[in-house]
Parts: sequence; structure tokens; C-alpha cells
Amino acid sequence: MRRGGAMEVRMNKIYETVIGLEVHVELATKTKIFCACSTAFGGAPNSHTCPVCTGMPGSLPVLNRQVVEYALAVGLATDCEITRYCRFDRKNYFYPDNPQNYQISQLYLPICKNGGVWIETPSGKKRIGIHEIHMEEDAGKLVHDEWEDVSIVDYNRSGVPLIEIVSEPDMRSAEEVIAYLEKLRLIIQYLGASDCRLNEGSMRADVNLSVREEGEEAFGTRTEMKNLNSFKAIARAIEGERDRQIGLIEEGKKVIQETRRWDDNKESSYVMRSKEDAQDYRYFPEPDLVPVEISDEWIARIRKRQPEMQPEKMARYQKEYGLPAYDAAILTGDKHFADLFEAATELCGRPKKVSNWIMGETIRLLKEHGMTPDEMRFSPKNFAKLVELADIGAVTNTVAKEVFEKVFLTDIDPDGYVEEMGLKTVSDEAALTAAAERVIAENPQSVADYRGGKEKAIGFLVGQTMRAMKGKADPGLVSRILKKLLS
Amino acid sequence: MGLMSLTALELGRKIKAREVSAVEAAVASLDAIQEKEKEIHSFLTVDKAAVLKRAEEVQRGIEDGTFKGMLAGVPVAVKDNLCTKGMRTTCASRMLKDFIPTYTAEAVVNLEAQGAIVIGKTNMDEFAMGSTTETSAYGVTRNPWNHAHVPGGSSGGSCAAVAAEECSYALGSDTGGSIRQPSAFCGVTGIKPTYGTVSRYGLIAYGSSLDQIGPIAKDVSDCAAILEVIASYDVKDSTSVHREDKRFTEALIDDVRGMRIGIPRDYFGGGLSSCVGEAVLAAARKLEKKGAVVEEFDLSLVEYAVPAYYVIACAEAGSNLARFDGVRYGYRAGQYEGLHDMYQKSRSEGFGPEVKRRIMLGSFVLSSGYYDAYYLKALRTKALIKKAFDKAFSKYDVILGPAAPTSAPRLGESLRDPVRMYLGDIYTVSVNLAGLPGIVLPCGRDSNGLPIGLQLIGDCFKEKNIIRAAYAYEQTRGNCAKGDSGCGAAAPWRLE
Repeated sequence: MRRGGAMEVRMNKIYETVIGLEVHVELATKTKIFCACSTAFGGAPNSHTCPVCTGMPGSLPVLNRQVVEYALAVGLATDCEITRYCRFDRKNYFYPDNPQNYQISQLYLPICKNGGVWIETPSGKKRIGIHEIHMEEDAGKLVHDEWEDVSIVDYNRSGVPLIEIVSEPDMRSAEEVIAYLEKLRLIIQYLGASDCRLNEGSMRADVNLSVREEGEEAFGTRTEMKNLNSFKAIARAIEGERDRQIGLIEEGKKVIQETRRWDDNKESSYVMRSKEDAQDYRYFPEPDLVPVEISDEWIARIRKRQPEMQPEKMARYQKEYGLPAYDAAILTGDKHFADLFEAATELCGRPKKVSNWIMGETIRLLKEHGMTPDEMRFSPKNFAKLVELADIGAVTNTVAKEVFEKVFLTDIDPDGYVEEMGLKTVSDEAALTAAAERVIAENPQSVADYRGGKEKAIGFLVGQTMRAMKGKADPGLVSRILKKLLS
Repeated sequence: MGLMSLTALELGRKIKAREVSAVEAAVASLDAIQEKEKEIHSFLTVDKAAVLKRAEEVQRGIEDGTFKGMLAGVPVAVKDNLCTKGMRTTCASRMLKDFIPTYTAEAVVNLEAQGAIVIGKTNMDEFAMGSTTETSAYGVTRNPWNHAHVPGGSSGGSCAAVAAEECSYALGSDTGGSIRQPSAFCGVTGIKPTYGTVSRYGLIAYGSSLDQIGPIAKDVSDCAAILEVIASYDVKDSTSVHREDKRFTEALIDDVRGMRIGIPRDYFGGGLSSCVGEAVLAAARKLEKKGAVVEEFDLSLVEYAVPAYYVIACAEAGSNLARFDGVRYGYRAGQYEGLHDMYQKSRSEGFGPEVKRRIMLGSFVLSSGYYDAYYLKALRTKALIKKAFDKAFSKYDVILGPAAPTSAPRLGESLRDPVRMYLGDIYTVSVNLAGLPGIVLPCGRDSNGLPIGLQLIGDCFKEKNIIRAAYAYEQTRGNCAKGDSGCGAAAPWRLE
């Protein structure tokens, strides 16, 4: 059995997994979609609220135009058709996190339709279709206080703008799903439309999955999986659900159309609701908002404002900075790396060195601290200074790595720090000679070995001298001095 | 004659001339309320101390020049579905028994900025659903002309308060005739403006695509002046419209020469009481005598307006009223087990039968499998009705007809047969469906002495046409009182 592959072989039958995604992305607007409240994450409960986003009687929604612009930007970047006359609809359902007991969304005329993105798969490029993108408002959050046996509602998130990107059922494996999500995230981050953090919920994916025998044209019965908070959870949930559905079919049972909730700790899912008790949302056009008319000029303006996307940026890095394709791919593979690279290069003019520091130490430290690139907090200014200090040999490589860690963690000023801690490379030959002489005097055996033809013994002596200099010496210079003294 | 017998503009002029103070005006209104409320019950909330405090502030503002407008210091009654900051706003529902809004409706803000004094909140049909003010959870309002009759609805409290001279003027809201029909029943003048003219911000929604706030007053001049103040483009209401032509008082001209007036033949079929029909046609003849070109025509689709209206209004209402769930504000049942039980009990106990009926109807017409057959069909009908009016307005400046098929029914008669009650909205709902402005003013009294209303309908944004026609008709109305009104006997226009 091949895990994660496109095909699953059981009892001589070959099964194909068919996956479509509904991806919710919180947009990076400063204010909510229908009122002027802040969208900032966190904040004391119900501190970012007003009559509109708490559903007070007599309040009315007013559309934030920036939401439309972000949705248009994402739609254009994913090759979608733009609905010139789009409208909002009400989705009616009762739940306490939904203050009006209806959600303002789009059903009949979503803003974008019929797009797609290209992903890389082991068998080459593949286009994943986007059925539609629509705009809607987020709900508040329920906090269950089990001690008091009550639920408390926080409406800070109520009215935060979302786009929902609905794919076609074009994916066949967890790998394709992850590649699609990474691609979407890259595009949206490049556009600045969202930070797309799965762990904070600013990007959420629901997985629609069914299985069918290879060659079968009709889709099998699908289930929808919710509560997937990381790429790993998504991959595990896909494999778990595929196995569950194949298991049912193999046992001669039927897959039931239902919504399931993934429990990543237990690595299993349970039914949230079946199709039978699926709600009738009684959608109808939102009468409190006027339709959004999107003119050619508006689209042209958004198109003109679209930033350089990853493929163009990658080409430019190779051409303009002379970076190898490998470097350019890694740097442009995350918008935060690209931004850091460009800002630091602008300051110190050493593109390849900056690239090396990002691909080497930066990525290493991110891994070590379990961080993602969007969590980098150091300034390009201090980073550029560090790259320059190392490059001109003002500090040794070892010292530079130590200083970088300080920059990475607390964004210190490398110049000041090196000065204060006395970390500058010592190039005073007299001082180095004195230290080398002491090391020679203290290590007669190694000296004898070296003189006896063991070339390698010089390495030990260099190390000892470097240690005596607390690492602040140029090892090449130390080696030359030692060789001179011992010749 | 007391201060409350004056029109709003007459009282405003006296206050401006320092003949009367804002406090004296407020006291006159409070005294009238004190005297008449037992019989009429127009008001749900009157905060005497707050009114007097506000009146003193306004008087100071008049003296120091802050308030220069025509309505400064004049007492106004506000329908209880308009939010008033710090003042209980109930929608005449048990659901909002103790609801105190944190903000004031934009229309009221506009009035207060001109120095208006909100004297109290008026009774209405619960959530504006009804045609008699009998669906109020807080008791009926009686028609000031005959206490055995209803004042109409849903703005029955506002219209009765004006007719009974408890205040100088009032605000109402009109979703399917809720300003115009009770204005007709109470013998006062009311305007339902073009959709989008008055901001709906702070109006507790019934049917969002149909709701408009409008003035209710003693005469056309008052209504035009009040509308001028409350009409405003409001960024808080996406459906509000930026209008350049808001000088409605400029249309108060006694001249209708050459004005083209159409009378829909279809408005004069079965169901219309002969009294009402005669009074309305007599009014048309008066306008014709003054030089208007009056002719009959076929409007068409008239019988489809009521069903289309009830489908659309109830669909929106069912959704608009979903927020009243006992979670954040309003009524919550005392005993319940779990969330769904709380929802069910709070809503079952908090809403009255007419509101429940409309929520059920609204939920039904939007439910899967019925949406196309009912809701979508109603929207198409709405579009066709708008087209029929467009066609009519290519020939006429004003459409003239009745406001309601009869005069005010007796208390307790209407709710027994809701469908019949709904059919009584036949002359008003199409105006809301098409977003048009309409004015209703008295044109006679029936054999029981109850007022009869004349309705003038204009094309979108053409309030000036109907104000002009209404004003011109009003100038002739003195004759009515001398006895040639419809089939009524000699009837003075003021209540005695």
C-alpha cells in the first residue's frame, strides 16, 4: 500500500481519491467588512464591536470597498472571471456566534468564477480549477465555561472579512492538496491580501473527499471534513478519511454524505451533521446592501496595482542580482524571505551574501525555534549590517553566527553589540604572535608532531590559538603565523 | 385654541418669535397627553422629566442661536420602531419590552439637530406588522374620531397622536402603507417618501427593501417641511440616496394648471366602499377645476400587488427578526433547557401571533423548493409592477386614488380574518414595491363621521409633484367642511 499516492490498491481494486477544497481566508483589511471596527487579532472580548457587528436592532451594514479590492486581486491572480454585477445574499441559520442569525455571504452572484492555479506534481504541472471565490463575514467566537456551565460570546471576530475559495474536485492526493494550499497562500501573501496563518485561523480549509474505483466516471459520495488547523492535520485527515471510505466500500457499506470533524490528537474524525439534518439556509438577496458594480476601470486599476508575483520575481532575482535559480526559488518561495532579501540587499548591496544568510542561518534558526517565516521579527537594517560585518571580515564567521542569533531573536544592532562585547577580529600580528608563542610553549607534543611531518597537528595549534583569542582571530592568519614560528 | 391645535410650522413660528417658549410647547403637549391618553392610548413611553429638561436646553439653544430652524422647540412623537438613545424602544413587542438603544435613528438625529423635542414613543402594530395597531403587545390605540374604531396601522399611534392633538407632528414608517393608511383613517396628512430618501439607520427593520420613514402632520406644508429635515444621504445606510432636490417646501404652490393626473380605473372596482370612492373622485374633480388634466387609465397588475408584497415583506421580515433570540438583548424565557429550547421559548413567548404568522410565511417562501415558486415570482411581479408605474408616469405627473378601500374599521373586526385585512392594503403596497413616493391627506368623511383619505402617488424622486397637487387640493378643502365631501355630512376638519 502506497501512502499518500493518488491510487490506493485494495483487494485487487484500485481506488482513486477525489478532493475539492473550500478555503476561507481572512482578509488583511484594517476594519471589518460591514462596519468600522478593528479586525486586530486578540484584544479584550467584545472590545472591537459596535451595533452593526453585534446585530443590534436598526443597525445596517456598509460594505468595505477594500474587501472587494482584495477579492478582485485574488480573483485576477488566480485567473478567474470577474462578476461585473455581484451581490450579497443572506444565509439564515441560528447560532449565538452569528449575531443577526444570518450571515451576509454570496450565493447567487459570487465576485469571481471559473479560475485556477497551477501546481507542481511528481508527474508534472497540473491545473486545479477554482469554481468560485465569494466574499462573506466571519462569525464571533463561543467560549464554553464548563465550570459555570455557560457559554460566553466574543464578537471581536464577528464581521471580519473573509473570502471563500471553492476549488473544483480536481485534487487526487494529500500532496496535491498541500501543493494547492501552498500555492494559494503564496499568491495571497504576495498580494498582501492576508497573512494566511492556519494556526491562527486566518486560513482555514474544509476538505470535500470521495473515493471511486479507477476508471469510474461518476464521483462517489463525498464527506466534508472540518477543523483542520495545519498542513499536517490536513494530510492526516485526508489519508484517514480515504481509508475510512474505502473500508466502508470494501465492507459493502455505503459512504454517507455528512460533515465530519477531524480530531488531530486522536487522528480520527466524527460526524458533526448528516445531510438529512443539513439546514435549509433560505438564502435570499441581502436587501440592506446595494449590488456591487465592477467597472472595467476598477479592474484595470487593480490589475495595474498587482504586485510582482513569484515567477516574475524569481526571474528578476537571477537576472538583476545574478543569483542561482536555486537561491531565487527559495527566496521567492516565501514572501517574507523575498521582502527581507530585497530590503537587506538594498541596504548593503551584497545580494549573494544576503541570500546565503537567509538560506543558511535564518532557515536553520526558524527550524530550531519552530517558527514560520511570517514570525521573523528582526529588521532588514540590522540584518544588512551583520551581513556586511561578516563580509568585510570585521568579525569571524563564528562570531558572525553568534551575533546573527542575537539579531534573529532580539533584533540587536550588530555594530554596537560587536563593539560593546569586543568581538572584532584581531588582526594585530604582534598580539597574535604572542598568543601563538604561548600555545607553542604549552603544547610541545603537537609541536613535535608537526615538526615530525604530521601536517594535521597544525590544526590543533590553530584551534588552541583561536580559543586563546576567544574566536576573534582570522584562522588563516593564525595558521600562517604558527607556520612561520615553527619553521 | 391651544398650542397643540396649531400646525407644526405655526407653532415653530411662534416659538421663533418668542411668543411661546419651547418649554410651554412641551408642557402643552404633555398636558394634552395626560388628558387624552386614557381614551386614545397613542403613546407607549413618555418621559416627562426628560422632555422638560430637553425643552429647557432647546429654549436656550433658540436664544443663543444654535437652533434657527422652523421646527425648533416643536414637540414630535416618534414611532416606537425608531431607536432613541437612552429611551425605551419596544416595537410594541414583548420581545423588546425593556430594550434601550445605544444610538438614535438618523431621521430623529436630523430632527433633533434642528431643535425638535421628542415628546414620546408611539404605539404601533408589533414590529409594524398589522393594519390596525391592534397587534401591539401593549394594548390598542383608539381612533380619535370615534373611539370604537381603530386608528389604522401600523403607525396608528403616531397618526392618532397627531389627530388627537397630543403633539404637533409625528414620525412613522411605511412598509406597505403604514403611514398612509392610518393617516387616512385618522384624518391627518402623511408622506411615504421615495425609497432611499430618508436614512433607515436606526429603524428596526420589517421589510428592508420596502421600509421608509416619513412625516405625519396636520397639513401638507408641515409634511413638506418635516421631510426636508429628515431626508438625508447617510453613509450608514447603503440604500440611502444622495438627493439634490430636497427643497420640498418649494412645491407648496397653489397651482396645478396643466398638471397631468391619472386615475387608475382598476382602483375603483369591487371592495371599494362607495363613500370612499365618491370622496376621492370629488377631490379629483376639484383638482380638475383648478386646471389639472385629469383622466382615467388602466394601471394593470393591481390584484397581484398584495400577494407579491406579503411574500417579499415576510421573507425579509423572517430574516430581519431572527436576531431577536434572547441571546444579547430583549426577552429571554425564564425557564429553558439548552440553546434550542431557549431560542424556541424566548421567541414563542416574545412574539405575538401576527409576527409569528409572518415569520412562518417568510420562512416558507424562502425554503428550498419554494424559493422559485414564491419568492422569485414575487420579485418578478415587483419588477412588472414597477414597469406598469413607469408606463403610467410617462403620461401622468401624479396618480390619484384612495388610500384604503374603507374608512377605519371597528376595533376587533380585522384580526379575525387576516387575509381580508391584508387585502385592505391593495392601494398602498404597490407604491412600496415600486419604491415610489405617496402622500395621503383627508378628502372627506363618511356617514359615520370617519375621515376618508386621498392618495397621490408620484414617480420616484418626484415628491414635489405630489406635494404640489396635495397642497393645491388642500386649499380647496374648506369647502369640504361645508358639506360637499363625498357622502359625509357637514364635517369640520378639526376634532372638537
